[in-house]
Amino acid sequence: MATQHSRSAARFMMAPAVFLLLVWMLVPLSMTLWFSFRRFLPLRGGDQGFVWFENYSRFISSSAFWPSVQTTLIIVGGILLISVVFGILLALLLDQPMWGQGVVRILVIAPFFVMPTVSALVWKNMFMDPTNGLFAHLWRAFGADPVVWLSDAPLFSIILIVSWQWLPFATLILLTAIQSLDSEQLEAAEMDGAGHLSRFGYIILPHMSRAITIVILIQTIFLLSIFAEIFVTTGGAFGSRTLTYLIYQRVLESQNVGLGSAGGVYAIILANIVALFLMRIVGKNLDA
Amino acid sequence: MARAVSNPRKALNTAIAWGIGLLIFFPILWTILTSFKTEAEAIANPPVFLAFDWTLENYSVVQERSNYMRFLWNSVFIAGGSTLLGVIIAVPAAWSMAFVPSKRTKDILLWMLSTKMLPAVGVLYPIYLLCIQLGVLDNRYALVVILMLINLPIIVWMLYTYFKEIPGEILEAARMDGAGLKEEILYVLTPMAVPGIASTLLLNFILAWNEAFWTLNLTAVDAAPLTAFIASYSSPEGLFFAKLSAASTMAIAPILILGWFSQKQLVRGLTFGAVK
Amino acid sequence: MSSKTLIRTTSALALCLTASAALAQDTTITIATVNNGDMIRMQGYTDQFTEATGIAVEWVTLEENVLRQRVTTDITTNGGQFDIMTIGMYETPIWGANGWLVPLDGLSEDYNVDDILPAMRGGLSHEGTLYAAPFYGESSMVMYRTDLMEAAGLEMPDAPTWEFIREAAAAMTDRENDVNGICLRGKPGWGEGGAFITAMSNSFGARWFDMDWNAQFDTQPWLDTLTFFEGMMSESGPAGYATNGFNENLSLFQQGLCGMWIDATVAASFVTNPEDSEVADSVGFALAPDNGLGVRSNWLWAWALAIPAGTQQADAALQFIEWATSADYIELVAENEGWANVPPGARTSLYENPDYISVPFAQMTLDSILSADPNNSTVEPSPYVGIQFAAIPEFAGIASEVSQEFSAFYAGQQTVEEALANAQAITSEAMEAAGY
Repeated sequence: MATQHSRSAARFMMAPAVFLLLVWMLVPLSMTLWFSFRRFLPLRGGDQGFVWFENYSRFISSSAFWPSVQTTLIIVGGILLISVVFGILLALLLDQPMWGQGVVRILVIAPFFVMPTVSALVWKNMFMDPTNGLFAHLWRAFGADPVVWLSDAPLFSIILIVSWQWLPFATLILLTAIQSLDSEQLEAAEMDGAGHLSRFGYIILPHMSRAITIVILIQTIFLLSIFAEIFVTTGGAFGSRTLTYLIYQRVLESQNVGLGSAGGVYAIILANIVALFLMRIVGKNLDA
Repeated sequence: MARAVSNPRKALNTAIAWGIGLLIFFPILWTILTSFKTEAEAIANPPVFLAFDWTLENYSVVQERSNYMRFLWNSVFIAGGSTLLGVIIAVPAAWSMAFVPSKRTKDILLWMLSTKMLPAVGVLYPIYLLCIQLGVLDNRYALVVILMLINLPIIVWMLYTYFKEIPGEILEAARMDGAGLKEEILYVLTPMAVPGIASTLLLNFILAWNEAFWTLNLTAVDAAPLTAFIASYSSPEGLFFAKLSAASTMAIAPILILGWFSQKQLVRGLTFGAVK
Repeated sequence: MSSKTLIRTTSALALCLTASAALAQDTTITIATVNNGDMIRMQGYTDQFTEATGIAVEWVTLEENVLRQRVTTDITTNGGQFDIMTIGMYETPIWGANGWLVPLDGLSEDYNVDDILPAMRGGLSHEGTLYAAPFYGESSMVMYRTDLMEAAGLEMPDAPTWEFIREAAAAMTDRENDVNGICLRGKPGWGEGGAFITAMSNSFGARWFDMDWNAQFDTQPWLDTLTFFEGMMSESGPAGYATNGFNENLSLFQQGLCGMWIDATVAASFVTNPEDSEVADSVGFALAPDNGLGVRSNWLWAWALAIPAGTQQADAALQFIEWATSADYIELVAENEGWANVPPGARTSLYENPDYISVPFAQMTLDSILSADPNNSTVEPSPYVGIQFAAIPEFAGIASEVSQEFSAFYAGQQTVEEALANAQAITSEAMEAAGY
């Protein structure tokens, strides 16, 4: 149906968005590339000229680099796993007939509205504080020694906090997907004697696969760059330093903009590898 | 796919769902409750749930210390402005992707999403220097533009998926009746896409409201939104759980209320094209 | 209402509006500051400054880490967002040397700059020029529970040794009742646990760098420091001390859960304030401990106000600094909130004031400050200025990573040898990158 006329109109209409994003991508990217080749120490003489790949080799040979990549993957993977698995379970549950469904849905999606900084502060202080936190009170009530969450289980704590924020998002998308399922198909399967599990495995899950893809894709984009939650809780200590956080330490704490920019380039590469990987496994579902 | 089930089954569902719902909601509830306690009650062991002397003192302390309304207005302005601007720019783009697709449409879409992958901390210095050059530090309009750009890929994608669900025949019929491109978008397409646009607006309003890196690092006084407000209440000296709770409640209340009132819209539209 | 009155009212209103707008436009200065108690108190009195001078003040109050990030970005890029920045003893000489701060040599006669404690003035100057005026200054000292000390049958000397502190901590510990003999900072961050362990290591004969700027974490004194600290804390410290910083320990102490706490002298006014502290009437003070090597383990710090060179409002900013760090401001706070709540540690005259010196912690605070020497902080000679830090631009970055390694050791995630080896590697790597 696309005529020559509508094609050029289409191009014209896409132009603003594409142009803006191109600028928004190219300007910071080229500035990052530029700085990454330079020795730029704001506190020590500023921009001191080209060092070419020295920043790159220094960043990658630092003992902190590979652990930070690993931490990033663990945190992102952990949150994805939790939000997808529990998201499916919650979506199935919320889809069941019950009283007060609307209210329950509101309760479940509420964490998504909370600012990352606020949720990190609330969890860190009011729940995970080993002396005055609610968890500590709870543990003591059962006669156990309170857990020092942020140092004993730093990754788990961060995954828990961020999952709490993103689970509602996953649940919502998955719930919408379930609700669009043709109930006759399910009933037919029930007639044929398919049990709960096989109905889930053969009908519901395939139906949701597209929604799961979307959840994974969108959350990965946001999760690769989580920062506030780590900044507020552990400050990157106890093995919770992600690549993003390492870049923060290089740029702001060490005030080495060149080195940090090289790290930024590595982060883009990592993000693209992850994206490529995702496309490979789940991309088929996304015939966008 | 609501089915008729027995009442005991329904009761069981209800109990489990409410239990889990309250569990997930509990941190927010606890924050709100704590904001009405004194500092001593806030850390009391065993914790008091409801039976404490409700006080508004924390709120008045917070109000005295910070100009809450200014932070709030900045948040509304920045989140609202960036969302509106984003939708205005995204609607034509999403329209052309959905109705005049080319081989490259999918690539363009994925490329747009990939612009979100540059970690913000890595480009703080470049962007900060750029803002100085342009003279737009601590400027609400600059933040509107930046947050718009950050969220534009998501907006385009969401709108694209909604538009794609609109059958092309309707458009052709409109064209037969002599509708131009403008009429087509304004009178045919947009009304049909209203639910989708509404949920796009909502989701991106939330994302912009909660963005805490640029809004904190590029502002000082005039443009500082609630994310900067909360940064002055984390870990001060002494006991602070109650005051932190009050500040937190004030920071999240507006968006929470908006979210609750509009959750039907949000739910309906949050499909990202996942539903066929 | 007749049209005449309407016109009159409108024009009066308009006049008022323009007048107030003109007044507001007159001069407004923007101040970036940290969210601690004394600073917040000062914000409450700002109206008096505005009334007296017609200069309006806008506050940007941020938590310490966010503040550092914010002001450092702005000063290094000459962003000009702030007319006054609240910075510390670490930043001031470095920024001053870079020409980023307005020298404070235009302070008025009345201000009496010679009244600033010499230690503070020295630490906030570069090559003899003052670049920031101290709002309050601090050292560190031992705060202890007199009742628990008595119950343990011990007596705190004015200048205890680390051995005594460790013994006393063990004696005061009562795990049944959640009483920890000692609470100390273990939290990662150069200004948190990093500051404490560095100051402590000085008294054990350790140093960050030798005279050729080589990292010294492979030396015995550092091993001794960390081993002693961790040993004492696991015997008598609170669970999870590896995540406790100033604020966590303050609230533990205020709740009566610590026998001793070695930390900033400014904490003394919080722990003795009956409104916040359950143990207000049984707190004693002593100098920070030593090891008989001639160096004590107390630090020196000041939160100070400085004017970035990029400001358009240097004169108004200077007026504010004069007001906020003056002896008159101290009087103002004393009048309204009592002497115990005035910003301490900045001015000599405060400690000559009979009203103030009778405050229980005043003398010990002064003694602690006087016994700290940033130019001579280590047993063996070191090339850097600073006690709990080394005043070089690279330090903040290095020390925040090093302190993370130490905290991981406290939390049992690695051995002391691993922590020190990592610290050595991090420091050497960063110093090499910086071109030492």
